[in-house]
Amino acid sequence: MMRIVRAEWRKLRRPTLFLGTIGAALFFTGLTSSFLYLMIDSAQGNSDRGRQVSREFLQLANGSVYAFASVGGLLGIIALCVFAAQTAQEYTYGTLRNLLVRQPGRVRILFGKLIAMKLFALVMIAISAAVSVGISYFLSDRAKVNTDLWFTSAGFQEIGKTLLNVTISVIYFGIIGMVLGLLLRSPISAISIGVLWILIIENLLGAVKPVFLKWMPGNQLSLIAQGGSSEISYSHALTLGTSYVLVGAIVATVLFSRRDVAN
Amino acid sequence: MTTMAIAAKDLSKKYESGFAVSHANFEVPMGTICGFVGPNGAGKTTTIRMLLGLISPTGGTAEVLGESITHPEKYLSQVGAMIEGPAFYPALSGEENLKVLATLGGFPIERVAELIKTVGLEGRGGSKYKTYSLGMKQRLGIAAALLPQPKVLVLDEPTNGLDPEGIQEVRDLLKRLASEGTTVFVSSHLLSELELISEYIVMLRKGEVVFAGPIQDLFLMQQPFILVKTDSQSDLQKIIEIAQGDGHKATIRSDVAHIEGPAEWAGVLNRKAFEAGILLTQLSPQMPNLEETFFEMTGDLK
Repeated sequence: MMRIVRAEWRKLRRPTLFLGTIGAALFFTGLTSSFLYLMIDSAQGNSDRGRQVSREFLQLANGSVYAFASVGGLLGIIALCVFAAQTAQEYTYGTLRNLLVRQPGRVRILFGKLIAMKLFALVMIAISAAVSVGISYFLSDRAKVNTDLWFTSAGFQEIGKTLLNVTISVIYFGIIGMVLGLLLRSPISAISIGVLWILIIENLLGAVKPVFLKWMPGNQLSLIAQGGSSEISYSHALTLGTSYVLVGAIVATVLFSRRDVAN
Repeated sequence: MTTMAIAAKDLSKKYESGFAVSHANFEVPMGTICGFVGPNGAGKTTTIRMLLGLISPTGGTAEVLGESITHPEKYLSQVGAMIEGPAFYPALSGEENLKVLATLGGFPIERVAELIKTVGLEGRGGSKYKTYSLGMKQRLGIAAALLPQPKVLVLDEPTNGLDPEGIQEVRDLLKRLASEGTTVFVSSHLLSELELISEYIVMLRKGEVVFAGPIQDLFLMQQPFILVKTDSQSDLQKIIEIAQGDGHKATIRSDVAHIEGPAEWAGVLNRKAFEAGILLTQLSPQMPNLEETFFEMTGDLK
């Protein structure tokens, strides 16, 4: 298994992919974190969908990671794209046959790739978390947000909890990307369908009938990162999100292990 | 008992559209170079994919190095393969691509530099794969197939895109590997090349094996023939009639009469043509070669 992980890591560490992905993650993290503090008094809101997050709210123990939790969904979409591309490209480049000749255990190949991509996602999450908390702290003074509670034991607990939730969310998004890559066998199709569904279709359906959002996979995974919302509980999002990911992963694994490799 | 490097028994693959490979039976002895020939769509790549565990047969069985193809993990560590041309990650260098496969297969990384040199890519190993010419890609594909120091080497069109010098190098490399005990199973459109290096031939036509065995046995099954050219098409037709009148099978292929018959009969034909007032511009007795035999047996006339 370690051989597969190391082989996959050789592909993931190439500068354009690695720096491009980290760059995108940092861009979204920086943007979200900065807006939260720089537009704290804006009438148009300072969070997603024009929501207003107050100074008092950001002063709570979880204030340091509020921005990071908010950006979790976007980090998830980045992971979805990377996992989908890395999986589907094996079909489009025809390299899957090389991999399977060198390592015929198909399920092992799949899990090895997944572990390597998880490590890649963990690096992205760790850097994003550090940058988000750093920006939040740096801008808190200017936004007149008191940070006394951020670095208490309760504050550190919140940091740990959010890191765990964002990690679960990002990895779930990644697995969904991998499933799409395996099913569609084309990076462009996998990424466009995944992103289109999560960013547009789910939001359109939610706008037509808000109750739909309670059952949409992308929304559940974003809510895991945020620790739930006032409308949908964390346990509901985690249970449903895990179910979607599990079903997708099982279907894709069975198909991958049985399907002929004809390209 | 000699263990066969590859042995297929009634190996079949059926799709909804019909059989891609139908009841294929053939054996490839250890340490030989076996040419795998057939027209496009004859089922060569499907057979190779089944042998490598990439697709499952719908009927029959096959063994590679004595192990069933239902358990490819038991033999693939000793098999090198390049199927349907080279396939690598364009954004990685040639060297890095080989390192990915070496890491995956658990082969020493140092072997990569050695193989880059063996296939004549020294100085270009660090360049991105997407900048390679077709010939360089082909060389990298051969290097990847050689990574495991294979007992069986399966190559699908290894000389595609190579210049004459490159083709000669591949030919020498395959001969050297075979002399060291590697079994080489190679498909190519360059039948004259295969004829130079192959001891065994497996010939496919529409998914069926039409011949499998030593190349000499294949030639023994074929008649020698005489190629005849005249200065007009009507004279060529008269030559065909003369040949058929003497009981020889004769056809016109392009602007050449192809007459089955021994070299000695060429003299008789020359005399008869002279008597009929036909001017022969070419009269050459030929022994069967792989290309002619291939066209004869697959019914795929030039």
